[in-house]
Amino acid sequence: MSEFKRRKFLKTSAGVAAGAAVGPLIWVKDANAQWKNVPEKGAHLRVLRWSRFVQGDIDQYMKNVARFTEKYGIPVRIDNEGWEDVRPKAAVAANTGAGPDIILSTNDDANLYPEKLVDVTDVCDYLGSKLGGFYPVCYPYLRPDGRHWIGVPLGVAGVCMVYRQSAIKAAGFDSFPKDFDGFLKLCKGLKEKGTPAGFALGNATGDANTWCQWLVWGFGGKLVDTNNKVVINSPETIKALEFAKELYPTFVPGTLSWLDPSNNKAFLDGQLYLTNNGISIYYAAETSSDPKLKAMAADIYHANMPVGPIGHPTEFQLFFNQMIFKYTKYPKAAKEFLRFMMEPEQMDAWVQASIGYVTPPLRYYEKNPIWTADPKNTPYRDSMKNMLPSGYAGKMGYASAGALADFIVVNMVAEAASGSKSPQEAAERAQKRAERYYKV
Amino acid sequence: MAALISRLQDNRNVLGLVFLVPAALLLLVFLTYPLGLGTWLGFTDAKIGRPGVWIGLENFEYLWGDSVTRLALFNTIFYTSVASVIKFALGLWLAVLLNKNLPFKATLRAIVLLPFIVPTALSALAFWWIYDAQFSVISWALTRMGLIHQYIDFLGDPWNARFSTIAANVWRGVPFVAITLLAGLQTISPSYYEAASLDGASPWQQFRYVTLPLLTPIIAIVMTFSVLFTFTDFQLIYVLTRGGPLNATHLMATLSFQRAIPGGSLGEGAAIATAMVPFLLAAILVAYFGLQRRAWQQGGKDA
Repeated sequence: MSEFKRRKFLKTSAGVAAGAAVGPLIWVKDANAQWKNVPEKGAHLRVLRWSRFVQGDIDQYMKNVARFTEKYGIPVRIDNEGWEDVRPKAAVAANTGAGPDIILSTNDDANLYPEKLVDVTDVCDYLGSKLGGFYPVCYPYLRPDGRHWIGVPLGVAGVCMVYRQSAIKAAGFDSFPKDFDGFLKLCKGLKEKGTPAGFALGNATGDANTWCQWLVWGFGGKLVDTNNKVVINSPETIKALEFAKELYPTFVPGTLSWLDPSNNKAFLDGQLYLTNNGISIYYAAETSSDPKLKAMAADIYHANMPVGPIGHPTEFQLFFNQMIFKYTKYPKAAKEFLRFMMEPEQMDAWVQASIGYVTPPLRYYEKNPIWTADPKNTPYRDSMKNMLPSGYAGKMGYASAGALADFIVVNMVAEAASGSKSPQEAAERAQKRAERYYKV
Repeated sequence: MAALISRLQDNRNVLGLVFLVPAALLLLVFLTYPLGLGTWLGFTDAKIGRPGVWIGLENFEYLWGDSVTRLALFNTIFYTSVASVIKFALGLWLAVLLNKNLPFKATLRAIVLLPFIVPTALSALAFWWIYDAQFSVISWALTRMGLIHQYIDFLGDPWNARFSTIAANVWRGVPFVAITLLAGLQTISPSYYEAASLDGASPWQQFRYVTLPLLTPIIAIVMTFSVLFTFTDFQLIYVLTRGGPLNATHLMATLSFQRAIPGGSLGEGAAIATAMVPFLLAAILVAYFGLQRRAWQQGGKDA
């Protein structure tokens, strides 16, 4: 890296790395880090990964794996599971001390058994200094103690606002609103025109969690403070719930029952004109052979989630990590594999093949052509930049994972939005439920 | 030595034990051990990825104070009792109908079994579409007929969702009840009915005083199984609602999974599952000691 680029990078990272004051210092030391690692002789690896949101992802991933094997002579076996099934498998592997050498998993998993994971600080330091640094949101997930990386970030499945341009125009908006007031006004306008918005309020792991957390955080509400003390029953949360209550009547009917696929189906059927989702709706329309869907694709646009009164983006995304387990016989080969897969020669192709479904964790990849090839992909480029970590503003662990899986925030927003509880009651209930998780 | 072995080989008791070993091993490894482990986990604070320590009844005390668990307990009892009663009534009715001399009897009986044959996950997916907030065929048909003007919120309203999931469960469970009861009906000798009709018994009296008493033992068995299946239902809820809306359809089984696997609290999840056992035992006891009382079976009154 040239001196000029490094200085510029240090400046920007110092600005962004709020709460990680040691970051720049470490980078100064490691900026010249070279990758020195010799994989064990006769190594072979087993990798368990989630699969798959788009076919291109797995195709290119396997090509990259084949290149790795060709270059290092290390055979790699890849097993696939649906992303929600990886968590229990990873946990069993951690528990029993046997299983795949590397597991690609989601959200707070690495924080559930950090002592079972190989320290990958060298890999992350190398990648970070070479590729423009990791987004700060990676730290709470995979560098919880501020010094040691317990996994290599892979990225997030970005969630943005997905909307029909024609409907927004008809509702009186030239571009997608950037703040909450505009967002509410837009939803009301859409409802009036008979082209409603809709956001999942059922127990939908992906869609409901992402938008409900975003909404509450946007008003400054949060489940816990930095000391893991539960503070969800706050005036800020109540404001968010009042907002949800006003928002809910503008939704298409039935959102309380929505699971993750519901909004995709309704949107593609032309019953829904604004929702939150990954890039998959657009992708499905764009690649469809149905001329009606093709025409719809031209009308589908994306925008980053509006910024709430708190004044900074508060998006929430599904986070992907890569963990090496201590029981592996070939930790060096495993590190080599992860480093290899994250290098531009492989990663760039993979990001492109995944058509923007995965937003990588390193700033270098903002330059990947996929983000600009189709301007509609651009908002997904910033998904990691705009996001807050799971369990914000506290520390990750069993409590944060449990609270998220129990839909505490989603249920609270749903209760208040649908009017089955008053905002005050909903917040009190959430407070009680969350306190049970954070009791220790 | 050889003599001893050959003598043992001729001993019926020893041979019997030897032949039992494979089955016993299978049961031990795949039934007793997991059940024991699950129960034990319920008394620990085990987390995913971390073995737990014994904490006695703490999990249960904790769950008793948890509003979602209480709601799940209520949902489970409601779901089981309503679904079981409907399944019994419809199943018995269907069995009596199928026992009559109908054209295409064999074909009809085979068709009735269909819902039971289709894997639950598949039929649950079909119901998911039927109940969909946007694509429900029922809502579509009713709006087309002009009977309603807005799509029915089958799974979005707590009580609608409870009854919708019960309806799906009934659809799936009726064939089991009907076919088993039909088998029971066919064991009743026609001579009883001849005798009854000679005595001038009306069809209802024949049913009440001949069919029902003789069918009671089968009813006891089939309803015990039906209650057990319903109480422990998981797949249907997991596909249809994942316990939503507002946890109105969370059953003990689905909540146990949610807490244990995605939530990471193995101990708590196991405790919820263990808490189901007393209810299941109670159901079995009621069936065996209540319904099988001989006096009751023979149409008499309890002494």
